[in-house]
Amino acid sequence: MTQPEELLKTLSDIAHDPGARLAACLAEGRKAVGVFPYYVPEELAYAAGFLPFGIWGAQGTVREAGRYFPAFYCSIARTGLDLALRGKLDGLSAVIMPSVCDTLRPFTQNFKSAKPDIPFLFLAHPQNRKEDFGVAYTISEYRRVKAELEAVADKKITDEAIRGAIRVYNENRAARREFVRLAGAHPEAVSPAGRAAALKSAYFMDKAAHTELLSRLNDSLRALPSVAWTGVKVVTSGILADGDNLLDLFERHGIAIAADDIAHESRSFRTDASETGDPLESLARQFAAQTDDPLLYEPDLAHRGAHLVELVETAGARGVVFIMMQFCDPEELDYPNVKNALDKAGIPSVAIGYDRQMRDFGQAGTSLEAFADMLKS
Amino acid sequence: MNENKPAKIVLREIVDSVYRNAWEAKERGEPVGWSSSKFPAEIAETLGLAVCYPENQAAAIAAKHGGQRMCEHAEAMGFSNDICAYARISLAYADGAPCEEKPMPQPDFLLCCNNICNCMTKWYESIARMHGIPLIMIDVPFNNTVDVPDERIAYVRAQFDAAVKKLEAISGRKWDEKKFEEVCANANRSASAWLKACSYCATKPSPLSGFDLFNHMADIVTARCKPETAAAFEQLAAEYEKSVKDGESTWRYDENHRIMFEGIPCWPELGTLFKPLKENGTNTVAVVYAPAFGFVYDGLDELARAYCRAPNSVCIEAGVAWREDLCRENGVDGILVHYNRSCKPWSGYMLEMERRWHAKLGVPVVGFDGDQADPRNFSEAQYRTRVEGLVELMRAQSKGAHAGGPPRAAASNAANEREENAR
Repeated sequence: MTQPEELLKTLSDIAHDPGARLAACLAEGRKAVGVFPYYVPEELAYAAGFLPFGIWGAQGTVREAGRYFPAFYCSIARTGLDLALRGKLDGLSAVIMPSVCDTLRPFTQNFKSAKPDIPFLFLAHPQNRKEDFGVAYTISEYRRVKAELEAVADKKITDEAIRGAIRVYNENRAARREFVRLAGAHPEAVSPAGRAAALKSAYFMDKAAHTELLSRLNDSLRALPSVAWTGVKVVTSGILADGDNLLDLFERHGIAIAADDIAHESRSFRTDASETGDPLESLARQFAAQTDDPLLYEPDLAHRGAHLVELVETAGARGVVFIMMQFCDPEELDYPNVKNALDKAGIPSVAIGYDRQMRDFGQAGTSLEAFADMLKS
Repeated sequence: MNENKPAKIVLREIVDSVYRNAWEAKERGEPVGWSSSKFPAEIAETLGLAVCYPENQAAAIAAKHGGQRMCEHAEAMGFSNDICAYARISLAYADGAPCEEKPMPQPDFLLCCNNICNCMTKWYESIARMHGIPLIMIDVPFNNTVDVPDERIAYVRAQFDAAVKKLEAISGRKWDEKKFEEVCANANRSASAWLKACSYCATKPSPLSGFDLFNHMADIVTARCKPETAAAFEQLAAEYEKSVKDGESTWRYDENHRIMFEGIPCWPELGTLFKPLKENGTNTVAVVYAPAFGFVYDGLDELARAYCRAPNSVCIEAGVAWREDLCRENGVDGILVHYNRSCKPWSGYMLEMERRWHAKLGVPVVGFDGDQADPRNFSEAQYRTRVEGLVELMRAQSKGAHAGGPPRAAASNAANEREENAR
């Protein structure tokens, strides 16, 4: 096994068994806080000594959450609640839940109803986040979450500890951005599933430890000779793209992921926080700088389309694969906008439906095969 | 009070005048806005801006059976059929889809407030992009506690101030504090009269069908800041008062059972919704959607607080309490829940609400699947079966009560059924 293969396997093993990671963390005596999507300032939990543990649902069938959600809700929420109801999140000291979309709103209420034994830390981000009043409001929300974390941890979270956490997280974000670039440059060494797993593993690890492993992987990828890619390169866009069944289809049809616009991936580590000054303001301004995300209000109406076009061109991709999370109305509402922007720029795209509970990938495979053939021709 | 015309006619004419005024403003070359239903209407009204309401338009189009055609137009534009049908209808209209059911002028500016849902945000962004027009966004974050934190009020209030500045530029008019106070006084008077009219549902027998309130909602949404609206609601309340005295009602059937209808009605299917209810002597005497639009306040800070308390922006405790109070005050003995395919923030915690109502009120609760505007998401057969089930449960409970026993817990309300299915 080459060094990149070994490191990819290590990260993939972590990504594929989050339950074992949580159990190991708790066995080592470290407490963990669950972090639901999107844009939770994990640094606050990290600064309190917790392991922030990402919860984006799980592959598989919803068993218990049907008691709370009708069927037409995003499977991240349904399977996430299912994990809680089946005791898979037991041991967490608390969870932090944002409410930025129309599914997360009721999800927060369902979670606190369904799982009252896990302390529930609510977070309501602003959409008008860039103006001073928006930043001030974000700071007030983060201050409240910090106070609630202090109560759970039974210790004060100092500004210095938050600044230290920001440094750890900035380093990890930089390492993940570099990995995305290198994985795009070396699809012969990093499969789509391997790429996703290396990124996903960050949700279940101490970020400093993840940075250490990922940096070694990045070094080993950087040392590889340049190899001409005989398949096609695309940019992926959507909420989540971590299913092996889905990503193996990319590999089977010679489709490499040159860059992504995925909430679970690059959207979550595009922006750094300042390591100096008031740390809560740094985190609030980091959120204010988030852009090109259908979950967030975008005052510059042409921005996201232009961003996607630029992403394709910079990454040397030929097209875009939209991985449309079933029942995600923010993605669905923004899709014609970005599709039109790509069409105008002459960039081909295809949309495939995706769901945590998906079992039949026949249609997705056919679409991807046809898309790859079109891009090659 | 208008002595010659019934209030329902006056109210209809007021809504017509809102749209007529918008057309006239357009003809004069003045900017016309489109506004979400719970954007603070007081701001545009103070600046004398003509405003139309896409949600009201979509409901009207759907009620006149144009919903599916418009939705299909939006789907052809690339919008998924998963998206709220109001949004799809509105996006289709903004795209120029032919629509005789409820025409209104195309917008020159947009007023978006996401207190009722986040779907609004991308919906209005899409229209702003299509027409190249300004979008004024007021963001009201969801509340997890019954009391809204002061920091959130300050954030909303600051957005009101920013919106005023932007709308001054659009209208070419300066903000007039005195005019604003008048507008707020009108809105408060409308809200008080509207809530008073809604309160007559508590009378047994009710002088009205709760479905009437759905018909009058257009006024509280589109014209709540106008003095004629306040007067018309006062007339409506007076008419209900008279009906109570005269023993009359707009519900012309038996009132064997009194229910709460939870959610937005299926506008394309109003007749279908009504039919099994009237056949079974079941009057709707509580609709949370209607009084949710009646709020009274004093000043901009209180206005900001009021707009934070939209149906889909409050926590489950507040949502349950609203309905619980309404059901107790109005003597409800059953609840019919619309699982609205178009409204994720609303329907997403209804199953838990069902359990809490059932536990707190001891009344049967039954749900059905439908949609506020896309008829493809509604099954008449399922609806009829569910209503019949609810009636049976209410009948059984009523017999138990007559026999002197304790209220009988419903054996198979919708939440329990789903719970069983989930296992």
